[in-house]
Amino acid sequence: MRDTAETYLDAASTTPLHPAARAALIETLDGFGDPSRLYGRARRARMLLDRSRERLAAAVGADPDELIFTSGGTEAANLAVTGLARGARRRRHLVVAAVEHTSVLAPARALAGQGFEVTEVGVDATGRVDPAELAAAVRDDTLLVCLQHANHEVGTIQPVREAAALAHGRGALLLVDACQTLGRLPVDVGDLGADLLVASGHKTYGPPGTGFLVASRAARLRPVLVGDERERRRRAGMENLPGVAAMAAAVSARVAEAPGELDRMAGLSRRLLDGLAAIPEVVVHGDPGRRLPHLLAFSVLYIEGEALLLLLDAKGIAVHSGSSCTADTQEPSHVLAAMGAITHGSVRVSFLHDATEADVDRLLEVLPAAVADLREMAELDAQAVERAGEGR
Amino acid sequence: MSAAATIVDCLGLACPIPVVRLARAVASVEVGGLVELLADDPGARVDIPVWCRLKDQQLVAQLDRPEGGWVFQVRRAH
Repeated sequence: MRDTAETYLDAASTTPLHPAARAALIETLDGFGDPSRLYGRARRARMLLDRSRERLAAAVGADPDELIFTSGGTEAANLAVTGLARGARRRRHLVVAAVEHTSVLAPARALAGQGFEVTEVGVDATGRVDPAELAAAVRDDTLLVCLQHANHEVGTIQPVREAAALAHGRGALLLVDACQTLGRLPVDVGDLGADLLVASGHKTYGPPGTGFLVASRAARLRPVLVGDERERRRRAGMENLPGVAAMAAAVSARVAEAPGELDRMAGLSRRLLDGLAAIPEVVVHGDPGRRLPHLLAFSVLYIEGEALLLLLDAKGIAVHSGSSCTADTQEPSHVLAAMGAITHGSVRVSFLHDATEADVDRLLEVLPAAVADLREMAELDAQAVERAGEGR
Repeated sequence: MSAAATIVDCLGLACPIPVVRLARAVASVEVGGLVELLADDPGARVDIPVWCRLKDQQLVAQLDRPEGGWVFQVRRAH
């Protein structure tokens, strides 16, 4: 349950449980049984697993045999990149967009030290991969091209279909990370041209600890988790049956509901954008048109993103900051850096399905004063440093 | 070069302080004047050039310091 005093504007991080998912979870929680065994209880578990797989496969236009259950989007992405590389014969080259989620970037970069070559393709100022640059990167020995459906920090929608054509033209496969789009925008593996597709349960109103990978027959995957023959020997370990059933319920429900929300989501983003115009020195990130309608990211110049986050939290507003300009995490956001965008003072606002104009107004009510306070503090800090410098 | 550069030492300081201090320093010199910013925060490496572009100020040079970090030479353009 959500706290009614809280204005939750971080749907891109995680979502609450859908009522349909909650019902499925409760219904299946006590029905224990190992789907790999042969007695009645086990067969019932197998049927539940199969039915969930069919529902999810139908939601993304895949064949049920192509769908592998995982512990989440991160594991699905790791399995796709690492598993494909382990099954590769001659192709030893990967292409990844510089703005991919770290669960794609990290396993790809790890392969660079294991006899594979990895090319990172940059983006324009809106965070969009240039198909021409992608075309130049794909080679005859390219195994895999990785391009997210939409960016998780700035919401820019990527030219996935063009990437599919480029990859397939060279005999390479395309991996699409759909964690930010499933249950929001239409996601169909055939339409996108995706050979591999990564999805997350908890970002789609399902429970945490659930996710899946779609891997077409063209993808020769070796498992990363080994120890049994479950999931057609592509992922060992007992399936999370209640989680899987709940994820299937959530995704089915969201795929049906989302189209009716898009205009309202775009309206909320516009309202926020209009409100931000009143605050001086705010830079909005991402593509103004080809973007996730429910997500808006911006940087407030001269302030620290985390400090703003804490001030907003004190007012009961939850947003995310893409920047990590603190002493312990030194690296700026790799997405904003790749875009050549200001990385400090960054804020990401993302709406739940039931967000209202009142939520946006609540943020806009608090934001200008919070920004003014932090800018004054930054100014005083700078003056203090300068005085200390003079005294040296 | 007409006058010596104004040196702004932001070594050891995390963003946004280097950007805040650069903005202050650029505003304090004459048009055409030079500011030399020293910083070692990884955020500054990205944000200082972006700030110069956003504000139409001239980033004359960005040099690696042998001791670590960078020197950014910024000329006030307007």
